[in-house]
Amino acid sequence: MKILVVDDERDMQTLFEQRFRKAIREKEVEFAFAFSGEEALSYLNQHEHEAVLILSDINMPGMSGLELLDHIKHTYLKPPPVVMMITAYGDAENYNIAKQLGADDFLTKPVDFALLKQKLNINS
Amino acid sequence: MSFDFILGMVLFSYLRKFLRTTGLTSFWDKVLQYGLIISIVLMVINIVQPGGRHVTEWIMHLILVAFIYITLKLPIFKPARSIIYAVLPLVIIAIIEDVLQLLNNNQYDDWLDSAEIFAIVWWAAMWFIINRQKKALEKAQQKAKEKEAEIKITEALKAELEVQVAERTAQLTAQKEELQLAITELKATQAQLIQSEKMASLGELTAGIAHEIQNPLNFVNNFSEVNAELVEEMKTALASGDKEEAIAIANDIAANEQKINHHGKRADAIVKGMLQHSRTSSAIKEPADINALADEYFRLAYHGLRAKDKTFNATLKSNFDDTIGSINIIPQDIGRVVLNLFTNAFYAVTERKKQNIPGYEPTVTLSTKKQGNKVVVMVQDNGNGIPQKVVDKIFQPFFTTKPTGQGTGLGLSLSYDIVKAHNGELKVTTTEGTGTVFIIELPV
Repeated sequence: MKILVVDDERDMQTLFEQRFRKAIREKEVEFAFAFSGEEALSYLNQHEHEAVLILSDINMPGMSGLELLDHIKHTYLKPPPVVMMITAYGDAENYNIAKQLGADDFLTKPVDFALLKQKLNINS
Repeated sequence: MSFDFILGMVLFSYLRKFLRTTGLTSFWDKVLQYGLIISIVLMVINIVQPGGRHVTEWIMHLILVAFIYITLKLPIFKPARSIIYAVLPLVIIAIIEDVLQLLNNNQYDDWLDSAEIFAIVWWAAMWFIINRQKKALEKAQQKAKEKEAEIKITEALKAELEVQVAERTAQLTAQKEELQLAITELKATQAQLIQSEKMASLGELTAGIAHEIQNPLNFVNNFSEVNAELVEEMKTALASGDKEEAIAIANDIAANEQKINHHGKRADAIVKGMLQHSRTSSAIKEPADINALADEYFRLAYHGLRAKDKTFNATLKSNFDDTIGSINIIPQDIGRVVLNLFTNAFYAVTERKKQNIPGYEPTVTLSTKKQGNKVVVMVQDNGNGIPQKVVDKIFQPFFTTKPTGQGTGLGLSLSYDIVKAHNGELKVTTTEGTGTVFIIELPV
């Protein structure tokens, strides 16, 4: 399973790599990282249909996570991959917009990795 | 009939009239009145009794002499003395005539006649002069009276004016007190407004702050959990004697620990900044890293706006001069200034984005630079720019182009004051349709 993580916080890469170090070691999961919406789109362009799951932050300079979501779900890839939104704003408005735009799930920061692993069916 | 009766009548009535103007006692008024009556009576007797003509004439002459003597003696008649002098020759000649007649001496008649004519001429001339003097005197008196009346009017006016001045002074004093009260109220209101401006900008910040705290917390929580797991793994590795693995895990733990520390400090700085931002007490200057401060508020302003307006977006560019080091500033005040400039810049690019110009990318650029003995902080946007007619007013208190209720109009005014208090300059250069650059110059 290939997961694209989109967040402008660069330490997210280290965090994900450590949190999923066993799963990565056991090739259960593979990660790619993008640090902006634009970068995520160009990655998706180059690696079409590789990523089956996208984890995206909402609040990023430039293209926001919601815009990225809109792109992916409506104008970009067919069939669209699963998109989970991660945000520091746990407010209803963001949640509703994300759901409207077709987000498959919604997580808030600080990220509960146990919960995320559960959702991804990863046990290690 | 003798001319003397008429002379007496004229003299008495004239003196009475004349002396009334200079002040005549009722006694002398009566005397003059009787003199007039007696003169008339004597004249009537003189006309109806031709036989006693000389007697009446003598009586008349004696009365005149007596009267002239009195008038020359008493000070009350002093103003009328010139009149007496006018008639004196006539009376004296008449008396001499009387005496000569009594003596039946006619040899001086011709001489007396010419003397009499001369006396009449004298009288007429004197009379004329006296009359003229009298008229002049009357005129002078009239003038004096008028002047007195004028003075009285002036005094009345003066009194009235004084009353008015007193009233006006009272009014002005009352007004001054009212104004002072108003100023006090205004000052209180201003203080309140400044506080509410701070609170408004704090409101703009809260969402940004929440976001900015959740992000470091995400790392602090997760890396510490990861470390707990790693410690367990290290123990297992050590138990199984895998020293290499244990060292690798220890390195990871150390790296994570650094990240925990870094993000913990990041959260701490954000909370401190928030507290400083809302603090009202006068702060003192302290060495601060202007790059870090500006960057922090750049992010806070951006995330704050993002939280409020989901459609808002902009590209943030920053260009820091790392040679600046620390400069002496009041961090929360300068923070407020840059926050205000960022908020304005984001507002400007958002407004331009609404115009749907193809290919438009809202961009706000923060740059710092050391220039000689000053540090320059520039906040540049590619919005619509500020119209020339408005640009002079933007630092004025309460001036705002935002719709009612969206801006206090105090942001730039306060920013200007803050930069001035730092002995710096807050400048603006703007081009309509291209964008605006706000420049803060601070002394090192």
